[in-house]
This record gives sequence, structure tokens and C-alpha cells, in this order.
Amino acid sequence: MGMVLGTFSMHTKQVTYRTDKVDDELEMTMVSHRPEGLEQLEAQTNFTKQELQVLYRGFKNECPSGVVNEETFKHIYAQFFPHGDASTYAHYLFNAFDTRNNGSIKFEDFVMGLSTLLRGTVRDKLEWTFHLYDINRDGFINREEMTEIVRAIYDMMGKYTYPALKGDVPKQHVDTFFEKMDKNKDGVVTLEEFVIACQEDENMMRSMQLFENVM
Amino acid sequence: MAAGVAAWLPFARAAAIGWMPVANLPMPVAPTNKNKRQDELIILNVSGRRFQTWRNTLDRYPDTLLGSSEKEFFFNEETREYFFDRDPDSFRSILNFYRTGKLHYPRYECISAYDEELAFFGIIPEIISDCCYEEYKDRKRENTERLMDDLEDNKDNKPPNMTFRETMWRAFENPHTSTMALVFYYVTGFFIAISVITNVVETVPCGTTPNQRDIPCGERYTEAFFCMDTACVMIFTVEYLMRLFAAPSRYRFMRSVMSIIDVVAILPYYIGLVMTNNEDVSGAFVTLRVFRVFRIFKFSRHSQGLRILGYTLKSCASELGFLLFSLTMAIIIFATVMFYAEKGSSSSKFTSIPASFWYTIVTMTTLGYGDMVPKTIAGKIFGSICSLSGVLVIALPVPVIVSNFSRIYHQNQRADKRRAQKVQKARLARMRISKAGSSTAFLHSKRNGLNQSLELTLPYYKMKLSPQGSLEEDQQLKKTTSLLESQHHHLLHCLEKTTNHEFVDERLYEQGYLQTALQNFPSQSPSLSSEEGVTGTCCSRRTKKNIQALNATHTHSHTHNLQELSALHIHCGEQQPLNTSRSSLNLMSDESGSLNCKSSGLVTTAIISIPTPPSNNSRANPDAPPPPNPDAPPRPNPGSDVVKISAL
Repeated sequence: MGMVLGTFSMHTKQVTYRTDKVDDELEMTMVSHRPEGLEQLEAQTNFTKQELQVLYRGFKNECPSGVVNEETFKHIYAQFFPHGDASTYAHYLFNAFDTRNNGSIKFEDFVMGLSTLLRGTVRDKLEWTFHLYDINRDGFINREEMTEIVRAIYDMMGKYTYPALKGDVPKQHVDTFFEKMDKNKDGVVTLEEFVIACQEDENMMRSMQLFENVM
Repeated sequence: MAAGVAAWLPFARAAAIGWMPVANLPMPVAPTNKNKRQDELIILNVSGRRFQTWRNTLDRYPDTLLGSSEKEFFFNEETREYFFDRDPDSFRSILNFYRTGKLHYPRYECISAYDEELAFFGIIPEIISDCCYEEYKDRKRENTERLMDDLEDNKDNKPPNMTFRETMWRAFENPHTSTMALVFYYVTGFFIAISVITNVVETVPCGTTPNQRDIPCGERYTEAFFCMDTACVMIFTVEYLMRLFAAPSRYRFMRSVMSIIDVVAILPYYIGLVMTNNEDVSGAFVTLRVFRVFRIFKFSRHSQGLRILGYTLKSCASELGFLLFSLTMAIIIFATVMFYAEKGSSSSKFTSIPASFWYTIVTMTTLGYGDMVPKTIAGKIFGSICSLSGVLVIALPVPVIVSNFSRIYHQNQRADKRRAQKVQKARLARMRISKAGSSTAFLHSKRNGLNQSLELTLPYYKMKLSPQGSLEEDQQLKKTTSLLESQHHHLLHCLEKTTNHEFVDERLYEQGYLQTALQNFPSQSPSLSSEEGVTGTCCSRRTKKNIQALNATHTHSHTHNLQELSALHIHCGEQQPLNTSRSSLNLMSDESGSLNCKSSGLVTTAIISIPTPPSNNSRANPDAPPPPNPDAPPRPNPGSDVVKISAL
């Protein structure tokens, strides 16, 4: 008898769960986020009004609801790398932009991130990059995190590369990186070590200046 | 690249900063927007109706009229707007394509007018989005059919220079093309009819003999019928042989349904001729005569409707199959039930389940012969349920078949389906090509050397020395790629530099893979043996000798710990790499041009004669940057080979 009642109650629970899901979906599609005023954003970031306008137009075009969730983000980023699989790197990138860790990027987050990347000081950029690599946000980059990132970057290349990807190329890359960055050889890279090592590398500094005129 | 994401390109490029600390190599210089102007609104005046949009919106699709410089031809200086003398209603959907990336087909629009508009604005119809594509294709098919019907009346002009065989085949297939064909057509039709009637009349009892038994006409007038039969079969045999001779593909003809029917129609006669009047085989011989009735199917050559009916049945095979299957299920169920229900009653006809099958079939199809009837009450109840369900089961699939037939009959679709399959394949192929265009575009531009050598480690003086040179290059850059494309390619180039590997085409990847597997040459310099993928197709030995020399040309004062694995690819083929303004590269490309690589993969020693400077030369042309990274050509050129020379 108990079993019978049990199965009935399970059944009803199932039904209500399903309706809840439908409601949730409705809610999500109806939520539309509007960013703060243009002046406020202009004050908070290093962009001019025109640049913000252009950015917002592109943003709104791709995400009419005003927020980007991870799936859309991955899809957009994958369009630029048709050869390989950009989803892992896009995931890390998404987490780097999603400063409030709520699974979606609003226009303000997007613009703040871009402001750091394009108009920030060298220190800001390096800090941003450090936070990108530091997947678990503990203030240290260890080998595993770095390997993850490097692997994600190599995934974007896809299968057809020259020379062919043989052996554990990402691992070698990570070893080189740690050689350069880890000054006290304790197996992790802190923010200071990272900043100092990057500032010593002229090539890197020059490369970072490369993207100044992107907007 | 899709429309919307073009706006995200700045973001993707900014995010590339995340690769910088990981990269070991310097990054290439970014393409600059030489004529940088603020995004402006442009006015498109289409027959008086003004549309406005951002210039960037139109630039998303540079291979259409509005996206390329072709629209400048329509620029009106006085009014500062672009004037197009076209239909403004269709233009709406075309402009929406730029805005949203999806091309929709408006239903009220005439299909040929729409096609013309698309052709004018340089948009291929294959990118019509899926929501409207079916409609578009249907309308297009109807339209072409209508045009074809008009054309068919003019189709009977005989093309000249047909062989006798071709003429015959044409006469067989289209009887109204010549009088002889028509005569032949009617004669064969007549004889088919005669043959069928003969077979029928043969069995009619005619006349009585004194011993009070009706004998069929066939036995009474044996010789007459035999003569008729012989005549018909002779005509049919001659016809079959003539068709066989005239058929363009005899094997295919022999496999076709009509020829099988022909063979089956005439075989019994010949078999009958051969066989003796043996008692054992005469039974089988009689059975064979049944096959003579198949001659009636020869009429389908004469009747279009019969052919369509046959085609319908073939195409409705799944519905027919379903009907049969459901009927079988129901029959078995009801037969079982009836058998067990009637088991009790005495002298029941339902002796076994298979015996009950007959009752079930007769009841379900509402025939009701009455030779088997249930006697028990249970039997009667189930019997009535059986007949009711029979009506339902049969009534359900039949309308599907009927509607199928009417659709097919009206559209006469047989030839169209064959054509549609080809078109579908072509559409998918074209879409694949245009989608793959984005990924091959990068490889293409690499081949053309457009991404080359914009290295950050360029010596200072290079930049100062030749600003004109770079301007020229940039202009050439712009000529073939839009700014958006060049920025996208720069991004991909940065990724290559970060990972120290290059994108290649699938074909060349396999080539390279095979070659590295065979890399066993005794190398002259030990330092080279550790290189990866350094094998020319057949001249690796020789090219390795050269590598040391090339190596020297690549070292620059700025590259202190760089592991620069840059590959120099020389394309042995018709095309010279474009844009090679570096003199040493020019030298090499000239020489490669003179190679006859088509015959074999042999690269002559011409390459080796490239001046081999000593290892610390600075004679290495100062404006020779590290070798460019043109990739192997993505276009498959079966005769050519790619010589890969890598430098450490």
C-alpha cells in the first residue's frame, strides 16, 4: 500500500517539477536587462560615448535580452575560430568577464572588462590576465591551472596544424612558462612574480601594446 | 563570419591579450584602419523609398553589391545618396539580410522577380534561411515546371547527326517523333491487345461435342490459337531485340522493369516449344501459361497513367507496408480469439487458427461470404468486434495512399524528384563551401602571403626605410580583403604565434604527417635533425643543406632567445606567391617558378644556388624580414608539390 502511495506521490512531484521548469523558462526569456546610463558608464570606463554606443549596438544585436549567458558567449567566440574547439577557452574567458560570478555577463561587465584590456594601464592588463589564468581565484597560478589554460588555447588550433601536434606540447609550453615566471621555484606563480616577469619580457610588453587600437 | 559577430571582433581581439604571457614568439603587427572614419549612416534610395543604415552593417558581407565598392557606381553626387532603380519591396528583405544575417523570402513576392533582385545584389539564394527555404524551393520548382511544359512543345526538333542506333532509341521512346515510330507503336499495341484477348478467349467454352462436355475454344481450335500465339510472340521478340540493340546502355536496359516484363511475356512460349509432351512437366507447363497474362503490362509503355500508378504504389510503399502490417496484426489477434471462442461448439468450421484467418479477413474487409460463421455467443460478440475494427483499420491508411496518388498524379513528379536530389546536393555543397569559406579564407590569404612578416621584431630601420613600401602593401591588402577580414586573420595569426603551430589545410596536414613519418634522412647538420616536419617532398636532403644558409638570414639583432620555427613554403605550381616584395623571396620565387614541378616532385638544384651567405652575414637583405608564413595552398593542385624548408 505504501508503495502505491509512494509511486503516486512521486508522480505528482514529477508533474509539479515540470510545470516549475516551464515557468522558469518563461521567466528567463522575459527578463531583459538594460544597462545604466551612458554618462555613468562613460565615467566608470575609459571609453568615449561614441565607442560605448558602437559597443552596445554590437552587444545588443547578438544578445537582445541584454545579458550574455555562457552558451551564447561560447557560440560567439567559436565563430572566430572555425578550425578548432574554442569552447574551453571561451569558458575561462567568460569566467574572467563575469566578475560577479552569477553566470551571465551584462553590458556593464563586458564594457568594464574591455576597458581594462584596451584602455587600462599595463599593470591592469597584467592583473586581468593573471585573474584569467587563476581559475580557482586563490591568488596563485599552479601548474594544473596553467596546463588547463594552455590546453584550451591549443584546442582552438584544431587538429590540422603544421607541424602536427605530437607529444604533450601543452605540457612543454607550461614548463617554459613556469621557467620564466616562477622566480622562487615554489611551483606556483603569484601576482607579483607574474607582473615582474612579464615586465621584464620586452616582446610581451610590445605585444600587449599591439591591441591598443582595436576600438 | 556571421553578421552579428562581426561586431564582437574587437572583443575577441582584446581577449587575445590573454595569450600574450603564454606565447613565446612575438606577435605580428595588427592591420591598421588607414581610412578610419566614424561609423556613418548611409542612405540607400531605392526607387524613391529611402533606407538608412550604418555603413558597417553593409560591410559585413563584402562579396555582395552593397558590401563592396560596387555600390559606388550607384552613388549620386548631388543628393549624396546611393540610388537603385529597383523594387523597394524586395529590397526590404535584402536589407534585413544585412541587419540580421538571415535572408527571408516574402511569400507575396513572385519567385522570378525575387530571384532577379537577389542576382542583382549579388546574394546567392542558397543562404535563404531554413524557415523560408522550403517555400522558396517549392515555388521555384513549380515555376520551372511551368516553363518546362511550355518548352516541351519545341523539344521535338531532332538534333542532327544522330546515329542510326540513337534514332531508333528515340523512336522507341517518343513515338510521336516520326511516322515510322507511330506505326510501330500502334502495331505493337494492337498485337498486345490481340494476344491478351486470345489468352482470354482460349478458355471460353465454345461449342459442344457430341459427348456433352463443353470444351474450351483453345482445345477446339488448337492450330488457330497456336498460330496467333506464334505471331504475337514473334512480334514481341523482334521488338525486344530491336530495343535491346538500340538501347544506349544495354545492361541498364536489361535490368529495367519493362524489359523484364517483355522477357517474362515471351518466355513461356519458347519454353513450351522446347519441352516435350511429358506428363510430369505438362503441369508445370500449364502454370507457365499463366505468365502470358503479363503481356498486359506491356501496355504501360503505351499509357502514361499506368506508369504513374505503378510509381505511386512504389512510392507509397511505406504506407502500404503499414497497412499490411496492421492488418496482419489484427487478423492474427482476431483469428486466435475466434478459434478459442468457437472451440467449444460442435461441428465448428474454425478447425485451427490458420483456418480462422480466412474468416477474419473476410469479416474485416466487410466481405462476409458466410461460409464460416460463429455459433457461440462469445464467438458472435468477438465477430462483431472484428468487423467493426476492420472498418477502422482499413479506413485509416487508405486516405494517405489516395492523397499520395493524387499528389503524384497531378505533379507528375518522377523526373522532378531525380532533378531535386541533384539540386539538394548542389545546395548543400554550395552552403558548405560558403561556410568553409571563412576558415579557408585565412589559409587562402596565408598562401597569398598577405599575412606575412608583420613581425614585431622587425629592425627599426626597416620601418623607417620603407614606409612607402608598407603603404603599398597595405593598399594591396585592402584590395583583396576587407578590414574585418584582415583583423580576423591577424587574430588567427596571433594564435598561431602563441602556440607555435600553424593552421594547415587537411590535405596538407596528411601530407606533412606522412612526410614526418618518413623523415629518416641523414642530415648534414646535427642541429637540424631535431626539427619537426622538415621534409621536402623529395629533396629534403638538398634543402637541408640550404637551411643553414637561410637560418642566417633570419637572425636579427632583436631575437635573442627566440625559437623561431618559421617555415618557408615554396609553391611549385603555376602561381607565383603574390606580394613578395622582399628581394630574396622574389629571387626564390622566380626560381621556383622555373621549376617544372608538375611532372614530378623533383626540385632541381636551382634552389640550392640561392646565395649561401656565411653564417653571420648581414648581407642578408636588411629589408628581408623573417620569412613569411605563406601556408601551403589550400586549393588542391594535383600536379604540384610543396617544398617545405624550415629554419631553426
